Amino acid sequence: MIATETADPGGKLVDNVVHFARLLRSAGMPVGPARVVDAVQAVEAAGISRRDDFYWTLHATLVSRREHDVVFQEAFEQFWRPRGLLEKMIELMSPVAPPRDTEPKAKAGSLRVAQALNAGRERTSETERPEIEIDARQTVSGSEVLQQKDFAQMSADEIAAAKVALRSLVLPLDTVKTRRFVPAGRGRRIDMRRSIRQSLRGGGQSMTLAFKKRAEVAPPIVALFDISGSMSPYSRLLLHFLHALGERRRVTTFLFGTRLTNVTRQLRMKDPDEALAACAGSVEDWSGGTRIAAALKDFNKKWSRRVMHGGPIVLLVTDGLERESDEDLAHEMDRLHRSCRRLVWLNPLLRYDRFEAKARGIRAMLPHVDEFRSIHSLDTIADLVEALGRDGSTAETDPRKWIRAA
Amino acid sequence: MTMTPVPGSIDDTLALLKAADYVADRPLATVLYLALKMQRPLFLEGEAGVGKTEIAKVLAAGLNRKLIRLQCYEGLDVSTAVYEWNYPAQMVEIRIAEAAGQTDRSELASDIFSERFLVKRPVLEALEPDLAGPPVLLIDELDRADEAFEAFLLEVLSDSQVTIPEIGTIRADAPPIVIITTNRTREIHDALKRRCLYHWVDYPSAERELDIVHLKVPGAGAALAQEVVAFVQALRAQEDLFKAPGVAETLDWATALCELDQIALDPATVADTLGVLLKYQDDIARVQASELTKLLDQTKTKTAAKL
Repeated sequence: MIATETADPGGKLVDNVVHFARLLRSAGMPVGPARVVDAVQAVEAAGISRRDDFYWTLHATLVSRREHDVVFQEAFEQFWRPRGLLEKMIELMSPVAPPRDTEPKAKAGSLRVAQALNAGRERTSETERPEIEIDARQTVSGSEVLQQKDFAQMSADEIAAAKVALRSLVLPLDTVKTRRFVPAGRGRRIDMRRSIRQSLRGGGQSMTLAFKKRAEVAPPIVALFDISGSMSPYSRLLLHFLHALGERRRVTTFLFGTRLTNVTRQLRMKDPDEALAACAGSVEDWSGGTRIAAALKDFNKKWSRRVMHGGPIVLLVTDGLERESDEDLAHEMDRLHRSCRRLVWLNPLLRYDRFEAKARGIRAMLPHVDEFRSIHSLDTIADLVEALGRDGSTAETDPRKWIRAA
Repeated sequence: MTMTPVPGSIDDTLALLKAADYVADRPLATVLYLALKMQRPLFLEGEAGVGKTEIAKVLAAGLNRKLIRLQCYEGLDVSTAVYEWNYPAQMVEIRIAEAAGQTDRSELASDIFSERFLVKRPVLEALEPDLAGPPVLLIDELDRADEAFEAFLLEVLSDSQVTIPEIGTIRADAPPIVIITTNRTREIHDALKRRCLYHWVDYPSAERELDIVHLKVPGAGAALAQEVVAFVQALRAQEDLFKAPGVAETLDWATALCELDQIALDPATVADTLGVLLKYQDDIARVQASELTKLLDQTKTKTAAKL
């Protein structure tokens, strides 16, 4: 009798942990079946005697990122508290507890949570991403014209053509040496392990030396995109470029308007349009205002130590028209510059022939960048690709030229 | 030597850490207990100087186990982390075989690539049986190693085994206690995290930090310890510091003030010793310029209320 009483809550417990895991999953946490099995084992190992122990037991097995802490806490409160489920579990699991016939109503609760979650989902789907409005004045477009055309003035068809052109760009082949070794045909370092294995193949009679060399990888790229009103057409097309770039190297992408959003995960989807749609869904401030200094500060404080390893090239895409304090902006740019291999500022304002670095925001940022280039047409992107392939800036893109001129 | 058993409950784990002079909170004790009980690697993430590495040391001392430490760095590879062949000895062996007229190639190959010529590095060493019980393997600052290295660890983390192509699979009879720490200078791949229990080690509460200072810096008077902790906590609450001081900095600072024969905080000494707490010039300049007196006043009123 007692055996069945204790076995029963065990089964319910498994059910509930599975339900709970499903809730976490629908809230966006990566909780796979293996983790659920772990969680059940962990609960069995630790036992249920105190609420906080139970909390941390599930936490240890189901959470693997600090950001998910809040989600987990919220879900835990919602799932376990309102029904007094946990208290009943504790009672049933403890050996002296009298048998009870009040069954935890798993269904009602999970329904409520599901409804709450669905409501949230509906709300987010209502916020549609704004369409780019372009007047289709141009009806004929040769590829030559397309190459030099400003992204902001392209018709919908031209944008589609530009996307295709972007995908077929030859990607830069810049590499840096790592501290890891790979086999090489010739070289100065001897690979002893391979040498000995080769010599044994011939019975150890003679020894041909095998060599190794430093492995080379494409340096990672960290991109910061301004998505405020004036920048948004450029940023959207550049995201396509970055998506293509991400196939060969580690690319971390942030979008910023009034706040900073990391869209790296979304951009990792195979299909570029799906990836872009996912980006748009996760960012709320498309085509709003911009706060460059605040966004950079946010990046420096929260993200730079997490994503700036391996000597990345930073692509900063913004027009630099900051209305807030310049001192902060210079300070944050300085910090950003000091934590990367190369800082390239891509500014579509440079498309104007008579552009001068007069705006205060631009003057504050220029001293801290390695390269200053335009990014308004396919040609300029092709230039960027070429520039990534070699090292250092040319006279053309030297930011000091602009500072002197202003 | 008899084996010290692993703690049987969360309370026992807490007691074990306490006995070894580590002031832990209950969440940490829970996850540590689970790691020991379920024999799973423990993945500790947190800011620099919150006592992640110390947990492994304390655990090894408390359980009387050997501590094997693998410090990670960029370019760390199998030959320094897992195993390496002893090439000079192998070459000598080949010459001897040659001189003895041995001609059987496969026999020679199995001779050369046998355990005799294997140089064991930390990970392989941790799989060896030990009289005192399975050792504690500390993989320190995993985020310093490059991504490629993580893949070497997957096998040992999930199955406590290492596969060497020339020999085969070496499996531990009893899995080692694995503790992985990272400062989160980069994200570790989900495949590795999946095999571990995860815990974020946060800055301690004021109460716990005071306990830690009392325990680790016994020379500091009650008043000084109170003030030091209150000041550091106030600093951490500041939003615009680039790097908040960790527990290690608190302890350094308390020790420094002790050495200077301070019994309470005064603005001049604090300004002079701020470099012990804050390690970025911007942060030091900011605190010195405007907020030092304000912070100190706050600290004084807070501790006065407590005393």
